[in-house]
Amino acid sequence: MSATTTSAEDKKFTSKELVTDQEVRWCPGCGDYSILKQVQTVVPDLGIPREDIVFISGIGCSSRFPYYMETYGMHSIHGRAAAIVSGLKCVRPELSIWMVSGDGDSLSIGGNHFIHLLRRNFDINLLLFNNEIYGLTKGQYSPTSLEGKVTKSTPMGSIDHPFNPIALALGANGTFVARSMDRDPVHLKEMLKRSHGHKGTSFLEIYQNCNVFNDGAFEIFTDKGTKKSETIIIEQDKPLIFGHNADKGIKLEGFKPVIVDLNVNDNSANDLWIHDEKDLTKAGILSRFFDRPEDGQDHMPRPFGVFYSVDRSCYEDGLKAQIESAKSQKKADLDSILKGRETWVIG
Amino acid sequence: MAANQKVLDRVIIKFAGDSGDGMQLTGTQFTNTAAMLGNDLSTFPDFPAEIRAPQGTIPGVSGYQLHFGSVNIFTPGDECDVLVAMNAAALKANLRHLRKGGTIIANSDGFDPKNLRLAAYADGINPITDGSLENFRLITIDVTKMTRAALTESGMGIKEIDRAKNMFVLGFLYWMYNRELNYTENFLNEKFGKKPDVLEANLKVLKAGYNFGETSETIADRYIVNPAPMATGTYRNIMGNQATALGLIAASQKCGLDLFLGSYPITPATDILHDLAKYKHFGVTTYQAEDEIAAICSVIGAAFGGKLAVTTSSGPGIALKGEAMGLGMMLELPMIIINVQRGGPSTGLPTKTEQSDLFQAMYGRNGEAPIPVICATSPADCFAAVYESCRIAIEFMTPVIFLSDGYIANGSEPWRYPQAADLKEFKGNFITEVPEGGFLPYKRDEKLSRPWAIPGVKGLEHRIGGLEKAHETGNISYDPENHEFMVRMREAKVNKIADYIPLQTLDNGAEKGKILVLGWGSTHGAIKAAVKEAREKGIDVSHAQIRHLNPFPKNLGEILYNFDTILIPEMNTGQLCSIIRDKFMVPAIGLNKIKGMPFSTTEIFAKIEELAKK
Repeated sequence: MSATTTSAEDKKFTSKELVTDQEVRWCPGCGDYSILKQVQTVVPDLGIPREDIVFISGIGCSSRFPYYMETYGMHSIHGRAAAIVSGLKCVRPELSIWMVSGDGDSLSIGGNHFIHLLRRNFDINLLLFNNEIYGLTKGQYSPTSLEGKVTKSTPMGSIDHPFNPIALALGANGTFVARSMDRDPVHLKEMLKRSHGHKGTSFLEIYQNCNVFNDGAFEIFTDKGTKKSETIIIEQDKPLIFGHNADKGIKLEGFKPVIVDLNVNDNSANDLWIHDEKDLTKAGILSRFFDRPEDGQDHMPRPFGVFYSVDRSCYEDGLKAQIESAKSQKKADLDSILKGRETWVIG
Repeated sequence: MAANQKVLDRVIIKFAGDSGDGMQLTGTQFTNTAAMLGNDLSTFPDFPAEIRAPQGTIPGVSGYQLHFGSVNIFTPGDECDVLVAMNAAALKANLRHLRKGGTIIANSDGFDPKNLRLAAYADGINPITDGSLENFRLITIDVTKMTRAALTESGMGIKEIDRAKNMFVLGFLYWMYNRELNYTENFLNEKFGKKPDVLEANLKVLKAGYNFGETSETIADRYIVNPAPMATGTYRNIMGNQATALGLIAASQKCGLDLFLGSYPITPATDILHDLAKYKHFGVTTYQAEDEIAAICSVIGAAFGGKLAVTTSSGPGIALKGEAMGLGMMLELPMIIINVQRGGPSTGLPTKTEQSDLFQAMYGRNGEAPIPVICATSPADCFAAVYESCRIAIEFMTPVIFLSDGYIANGSEPWRYPQAADLKEFKGNFITEVPEGGFLPYKRDEKLSRPWAIPGVKGLEHRIGGLEKAHETGNISYDPENHEFMVRMREAKVNKIADYIPLQTLDNGAEKGKILVLGWGSTHGAIKAAVKEAREKGIDVSHAQIRHLNPFPKNLGEILYNFDTILIPEMNTGQLCSIIRDKFMVPAIGLNKIKGMPFSTTEIFAKIEELAKK
């Protein structure tokens, strides 16, 4: 989303005024609470009048989100929020539209709409809460669940290969692709602001813990003991450094990423991979940092931050331009089109 | 020898040829010329599902039937008087539709051994030379040869030359029926203005065909079909899908809301998308979505945003839209869902017509999900019917299903088009400020309609969704009493529409009597012609055609109870018949045709006659 400029009078509302009178009904301890709080914290600072904000969701735990936001909102049907926001953005490009979805909603039943939304690049923000499980239906594996995952529908372990949402979004020609997590409020707030700031479809994958059906799915990325070695925060123009003492770096040997130990004298931060959000090739390589420690050698930390961000024309702008051009070339004369090209008179 | 001039009151011509032979264009040209001369008319194109089915074969035959006359014409006609057969397959596929004694104009080049083989005639059999067509008047012309001869000096290649042969046939028919060439000449000038070679070739062949009639003594008679006694006014010719597109634009202008079409291509509805895409200067947005579901969901988004939102499809696509239509109903947002019905089930007969989606329209959603249903009775009537659909959607904040079908979508007829100023305005139930006592998104007015609060209005921020909602507040509610209340409320709201639609009228006949023929949709013309004929023969029969299928007009029951027998002809196994029996407990009788073809007047007349004898 791009920033909307309005007078200071209009944008005065507080986080508290974004809270609705509806009781929040997520399970106690759900990661969704944190995401809701960060969204309610960030949105008042964006300079958008509250009445110009719309939250639209599909079906799933995450999709209850609009009920808890005192803005315009719609809780729609499973997988289809992307299609609904597309239609709304076509006709009301001035609105700030936020789509809230989950891994089942956007990557399974709504997979088709998801890729087409990214391709068309409508200027909206897509928050995908990925908990690697179906929560609302009480615990079946999702399209992001790991192979071997034992759930109610996979008692012998899942034999489905999971999606890599970041790689999928890049493959669908997304213009803004980022990842954050529920348990890092500071980073999440920063990513929400970046999503809003991007003109085009901003895809933000948020790792979200389902403490009831998939507790700890992302623990290695959030637990103090492992977080620094298993994650890497990627920032524009900064070298890829991670590790407990910021002592590990990643450099590229051709297209192959290699981890180097910065404690070894020969290795200098100057030789490391410098993150560039505009580089699709590098974003592609980063998106493939998707393995787990147990996968063995060449194991990479999981990146968080903006993988890719470029400008490309938005569908609604092209649409508006065509309509304006048509209007400037031809007069809208209803009588003339009712009449058509050829007529004849009787009597 | 000058040909004799004979006056005819009506003629049915079937143009048939390979799908590459340009028969649709030939038929359309003859039609428009007839319209300009003031004939009443009705047309029905009949083309294969494949874009280019194997050349010369029966599946590759494309046809165009035109019924024109100096009398009122209600249908494209049953058996044809003239069959133009550009090849053997075209003859084989259509001969059974030609009346005994009818005329065959055969292109002899299309009956060479290869074409005969492709049309699966037995070895050595050629129908145009073996005398098997002696019950018909056979006119054999080597169109290919004549066309080539006319263009020997054009410098064009054989392939290009042969493409003009439909113009030869058209020219010949123009001569036969005393038509001027100027309409088609103007058309060709416009179409090929930038390609002078092609233009000249087509004009030359058209004239060659006309002159061939004049000089060849092929037939002894020429025919005159005088103008028809039509209501005075200015007319144009229109196809159903065109009329639907225009009706939507007119409605958009008259309710002051930009039109949004979210659609996915599907036969036979796609032409509405094509047409609307040309009207961007009217503020029309056409959005070709990634699938049928996305199409209707984009419509839900556009309706939430405050626009006149429409989706167009056919049966299989409507099946995919079912869940979203339920959401639209639950949200109580206005939208129009257009189903140009085709032969089903499943992929069925994409290019053929049927009325078999009535149950789908009435009941095809999960839960209690009533949606108003409106249908069109003829190509031109699509305009008024879709306009009415928009009015009801906007005034009642509800999805509305508009039913057309392949027959009227692609068929055409003269239309005494309205003046923009005569179209009645209507407006949305918009709310623009917080009312006293606070805003309630589901507070209903006297129509049981709710306010349309669109994003951007300060103070009206609210959430809507597919979960059951509490009365007035719209908040999620699982309360058992509330659920039953809301289900009945949504039903009452749709039923309430009956107070705001016209009463059912009779198309023909007395208000009380022996037989009522009750139709819906595109059966109108065939029923009208059959009832007219039956009444002329003294049979006590009346005709009513339903436009509002849900809710029915308030007086429909009263009308039904005034007749001993109710006959319902439908291009399905009896869907309206079931609904009528269910709602009014009358012993309605079905006349059902499921052949992918519209009813003929004869079929309906025969049934009326049979019932009259009982």
